[in-house]
Amino acid sequence: MITFIGKRLLGLVGTLLIASFLVFAVTEFSPGNVARKTLGPFAAQESVDLLYQKLHLNDSLPVRYVRWLGVLTGVIADPLQDPALKLDFKDPRGDRYFGNFGYSTLYKLPVNDVIWNRLGNTALLAGISFALIVPLSLIFGVLAGMREGSFLDRTISVFGIVATSIPEFASGVFLVAIFVVALRLLPGTSPLTTGGGGWSLASQFVLPVAVLVLYDSGYVVRMVRGSTAEVMSKPYIRTAILKGLSFKTVVWRHAVRNAMIAPFTVILLQINFLISGVVVTEMVFAYPGFGRMLLEASLFGDIALIEAATLVALAVATTTQLLSDLGYALLNPQIRVG
Amino acid sequence: MTAPLIRVENLKVEYRSSSGSVTAIPDLSFEVAPGESLGIVGESGCGKSTLLMAIMGHLGPSGAATGRVLFDGKDIAKASPAELRAVRSGGIAMVYQDPNAALNPTLKIGRQLVEVPMLRPGVPLADAKRLAEGMLANVHLPDAASVMERFPHQLSGGQKQRVVIAMALLANPRLLLLDEPTTGLDVTVEAAVLDLVDELRQTYGTSLIYITHNVGVVAQVCDRVGVMYLGDLVEEAPVEALFAQPRHPYTRRLMACVPRLDGDKHTTSFMPIPGQPSSLRDRPPGCPFSPRCVGFTPGLCNHTVPVEDIGPNHRVRCFRHRESPLFEPAAQEIVAPAEPSAELVLEAKGLSKIYRLGGSFFGAQRRAELSANEDLNFAAKKSEIVAIVGESGSGKSTFARILAGLQDATSGKLVVLGSDLANTTASERTSEQLSAVQMVFQNPDATLNPSHSAGFPIARALKKFKVTRGGKETQSRVAELFEMVRLAPSLMRVRPARLSGGQKQRVAIARAFAAAPDILVADEPVSALDVSVQAAIVNLLLQIQKTKGTTIVFISHDLALVRHLADQVIVMYLGKVMESGPVSSLFAPPFHPYTEALLSAVPVPDPTAEQRHVRLSGETPSPINVPKGCRFASRCPRKVGTICDEVPPPERKGEAGHMILCHIPLDELAAIAPILQHKPSERAPA
Repeated sequence: MITFIGKRLLGLVGTLLIASFLVFAVTEFSPGNVARKTLGPFAAQESVDLLYQKLHLNDSLPVRYVRWLGVLTGVIADPLQDPALKLDFKDPRGDRYFGNFGYSTLYKLPVNDVIWNRLGNTALLAGISFALIVPLSLIFGVLAGMREGSFLDRTISVFGIVATSIPEFASGVFLVAIFVVALRLLPGTSPLTTGGGGWSLASQFVLPVAVLVLYDSGYVVRMVRGSTAEVMSKPYIRTAILKGLSFKTVVWRHAVRNAMIAPFTVILLQINFLISGVVVTEMVFAYPGFGRMLLEASLFGDIALIEAATLVALAVATTTQLLSDLGYALLNPQIRVG
Repeated sequence: MTAPLIRVENLKVEYRSSSGSVTAIPDLSFEVAPGESLGIVGESGCGKSTLLMAIMGHLGPSGAATGRVLFDGKDIAKASPAELRAVRSGGIAMVYQDPNAALNPTLKIGRQLVEVPMLRPGVPLADAKRLAEGMLANVHLPDAASVMERFPHQLSGGQKQRVVIAMALLANPRLLLLDEPTTGLDVTVEAAVLDLVDELRQTYGTSLIYITHNVGVVAQVCDRVGVMYLGDLVEEAPVEALFAQPRHPYTRRLMACVPRLDGDKHTTSFMPIPGQPSSLRDRPPGCPFSPRCVGFTPGLCNHTVPVEDIGPNHRVRCFRHRESPLFEPAAQEIVAPAEPSAELVLEAKGLSKIYRLGGSFFGAQRRAELSANEDLNFAAKKSEIVAIVGESGSGKSTFARILAGLQDATSGKLVVLGSDLANTTASERTSEQLSAVQMVFQNPDATLNPSHSAGFPIARALKKFKVTRGGKETQSRVAELFEMVRLAPSLMRVRPARLSGGQKQRVAIARAFAAAPDILVADEPVSALDVSVQAAIVNLLLQIQKTKGTTIVFISHDLALVRHLADQVIVMYLGKVMESGPVSSLFAPPFHPYTEALLSAVPVPDPTAEQRHVRLSGETPSPINVPKGCRFASRCPRKVGTICDEVPPPERKGEAGHMILCHIPLDELAAIAPILQHKPSERAPA
């Protein structure tokens, strides 16, 4: 078991290295140069060229990548914080420490000051949504799947399809129209500040969470329903029924666990979606989240922030993958890892 | 006669769907007395399982039953859900066809067993555990306590079926329903399960309804047999009377399909039933069997057939049952199987396949060897059928894979038509070498691509091996091949999902013969099929072989079938040949103790026959790091002593190339009584 997790962690580090290099390579093709963006559109061309030279941006891609790695691991100092550049970029943690993602040229702040704050906001939104999506999907999925073709099944299935097929921006705007414009019950934006409209923090979460739960549980419900319906048609369920067990016992004891095996991976994949794929919802509600930050950083070409965000998103993805493998082994005794 | 335990009266079962309703069982009545065992025989699709489900009150949302199913005086067909649960948990229990699917894969065996007694009021968990453990011991599972803690996938197929039987018996049922409980199991395991059913019947006095497609099986475990066709009982009789005097043409044909240990392809041949059961949608008027019956008389058989009493407890539904021996003669189709010629086409010399199993990636290397084939020596002539026999895990399929080039051998030679192909896998073989060896696989459902038409794989083989040029020629050749395997040309464009198992296997055979092979490797080609379909396929193979002169390597676990069609037999156990020789020498003493056990496991379709019981204890041992002595020593009922464990047994040569690998001398083995003994005068006219 420990060797298994050890191997997976090694794999994680490898994946992160490859992915970070790919992101580095891709920025080669994006227009504009970092020095110009750092200094702004009105800086003199000479100072841009000077900064370009100082940052050694004309070095080859692998050299620049290794340098970035050096800054990240704390082996070399962050060149942007060099006082000689007169950029006034200062990191209270110093310019040389492990986990130094560099300086965000977009927000003019150390990446570490930007990213964790945003990630925390998104994690809060994702956590609340996930805590609602999982139990709702399981309950409705099992209810629908245990009697395939029943009235309850059809109702839940139709609802699931409708919920999934409405895009988040549409349901977001729709909910805003009802609860904000018409009923005036909830705030239309969620900047996570208590000033302005005077809405409480809790009230600011209601609509973004509702949009995510609607959109995502429609999909997960259908997965759980399909898996439950398949398990209910298995011969061992017939065995259980013909033993004389009550239908409730058959479903609870014999079907649910087997029905969880297939959707389990999908459910954990929703964490990835909720962390880095909720850009649309964050944009609709002006929510200061991770996805929005990543989008802005990409549009600006803030390579340090993009790299950091990519690594965080990948780490989340790989960790949920590991969790799903472990949980899979727990649910399915046939593939217990040695 | 005492009051019946279960009485089925005018049962009618319909399945309703959006496209109308179909009648699975039109009008069925029968009864089973306490302690009695009723066998119900018929082909797949004849409504046997539907009958059991109707008795259990579990027809699903689309099924509906009318009529009465009186169990103990109460009508199950009208029972409330609670009453139904009470019947299931304490009156009628069931054993299922596929034990691998009947157990919940994520719950421990113990957990699945204890819930049965706990359904009775006042049985606490501790008592239930004790009962379950005791029952596991009763079904002869060694080390019951550890089996309780295991998951289903940690048991073998035979062990799982014992668990399923124990689960059924824990309900203290008075009626036990068995739905093809041995189909898909090895012959040896089947024999052990049948023994167990018989023994439990004696001990508990439970009544049985036993369903099977193989008439041979019911001879052993049943008192009375009902023959079912399209939901009708066409004949019903005590088992001796049925085998002595089968009257319905369908019964007679079913019996003529069962391979027997006392005949081979030169003396008898199967009488397969033409066609396949009509679909339930277009049930023929009058006698349901009429479209397939050679004795069909227009104007007579298309009227409703009454049930006729023709002897004590012997009922039949056929207008012409008095004449049936005339149009269904015991003397069978003219048999003229191919005779092997002197030309050698295949020769194995010291052929071995050893898998080296590596240790873990980090830790020290654990050296383990799995010897799948060891020192195989035999030769096959043109037009000969060589059968390789053994239980699962005996290495039969490994040899087939080497021959077909799906794997290479570790050492030794495999000479095919003059060139050694032991280490030439399929990708390295020339087109001629590839077309020389073709395969037919066990499971026809899994070997045809569901998204291609049935004719497609044949056309592709023709093109690949450049047998035909151009689309027209290919199409006409495909049509010829379809005709050769007796398939309607209209089926060429049909997807495999619409074909029956037998039809799919015919397509597979046509595909194999498209390349005009010299050698056909048939890996258990009929073991997934009904005996009636098996008979038709075997006849077909023999006929094609006669015209094409193909050598067939026939892999099977069924000795009776091998007896019927082979010229030469090789018996394998754990990768090693235990006995080999011409078919006639193998089925009479002297035989290897393993062959003896296999022979004694064959179900004999004859209740008057005395079959000696030799049962192997335990499971087939692991083929990893086999002992250096005789491989069979750990399960051998005739083990001589420690010599068997420590010294490899010598090859004892008998007459006509007969070889037995055993420490017991030939003359001693020859003195063993034959497995089957019966008085010829009492034998049923087959």
